[in-house]
Amino acid sequence: MQNAELFTLTYGAIVRQLLTDLEDVDEVNKQLDQMGYNIGIRLIDEFLAKSNVSRCVNFKETAEVIAKVGFKMFLGITATVTNWDVDGSSCSLVLEDNPLVDFVELPDMCQGLYYCNVLSGVIRGALEMVSMKTEVTWVRDMLRGDDAYELRLKLLKQVPEEYPYKDDE
Amino acid sequence: MQFFGGTSEVTLSPSVPSSIGTGPLGSNAYMLYLFNRNGVCLLYKEWHRPLKTLDSNQDQKLMFGLLFSLKSFTAKMDPTRVEKGNLGVPLLPGEGCSFHCFRTNTYKLSFMESPSGIKIILVTHPKSKDHRENLRYIYNLYVGNVVKNPLYVPGTAIKCELFNTSLDQYIQTSI
Repeated sequence: MQNAELFTLTYGAIVRQLLTDLEDVDEVNKQLDQMGYNIGIRLIDEFLAKSNVSRCVNFKETAEVIAKVGFKMFLGITATVTNWDVDGSSCSLVLEDNPLVDFVELPDMCQGLYYCNVLSGVIRGALEMVSMKTEVTWVRDMLRGDDAYELRLKLLKQVPEEYPYKDDE
Repeated sequence: MQFFGGTSEVTLSPSVPSSIGTGPLGSNAYMLYLFNRNGVCLLYKEWHRPLKTLDSNQDQKLMFGLLFSLKSFTAKMDPTRVEKGNLGVPLLPGEGCSFHCFRTNTYKLSFMESPSGIKIILVTHPKSKDHRENLRYIYNLYVGNVVKNPLYVPGTAIKCELFNTSLDQYIQTSI
């Protein structure tokens, strides 16, 4: 990726500033997620335009496309999709590599921070725009001492297309 | 899909009434609509539309409704797929087949929908060519100039100058 370091450092600066402004780790987690969501609802169109994906109905395929095409396009890495549950409504995205966390070390006062929470927000926002309501949470985080990054994707509901006008006028 | 109307004599190809002209600079484009999933008309443009019978709000709703129903009908009539749902029961976005144009004797309507629910409708001269590539290009213009514009609030009417001019230019030269 071009300017990868600038990107990484900019993201770090944003997280730092949020910590200074909000003074509470949980609030920062929330704010990062919201920022990611706002990015995701726009990013989806860029993704669709660039990738020529013309339909996403099946959650299993969609997860694969996020891991292999989406992560590649925007972060220059790929993720592995694993741990499907029986009814195919939740899975894990495992990242071996994560460009957001180069140069990062969490001090003791930030142990509750999900540093990459912006990513979960992006995925949630993007999927909502293709009518999939999801819940995205971090299961493993190398900054917290785990051996990889793992995001849990849970499909809550697929929203069918509806005729939007209520009245006939 | 073809609709024969107006004349009583049956011809194999729809005849084009002589009154049908082209837009400025010889462009084949008549109108363009851009909707989001919620039926909000993000953009309406016209280059050649001599006759207006409805106010613009009604006109846009009618257009959205036409596409919505047509999509549901085309999916229901699909002879090749099993899982096509019941008529009137809402489909999931991207489910079922989809149509990309229909032609009448006076105009042609080309249609594209992204999985994110953005619908682009281009109405042109009935004898104009296949416009699927053009619609994709317009979608890319929208992504580049509108979606990525931080001043644009998603779900509101597009007032982005750069998008308007590049779209206009593209329509005049390529359609």
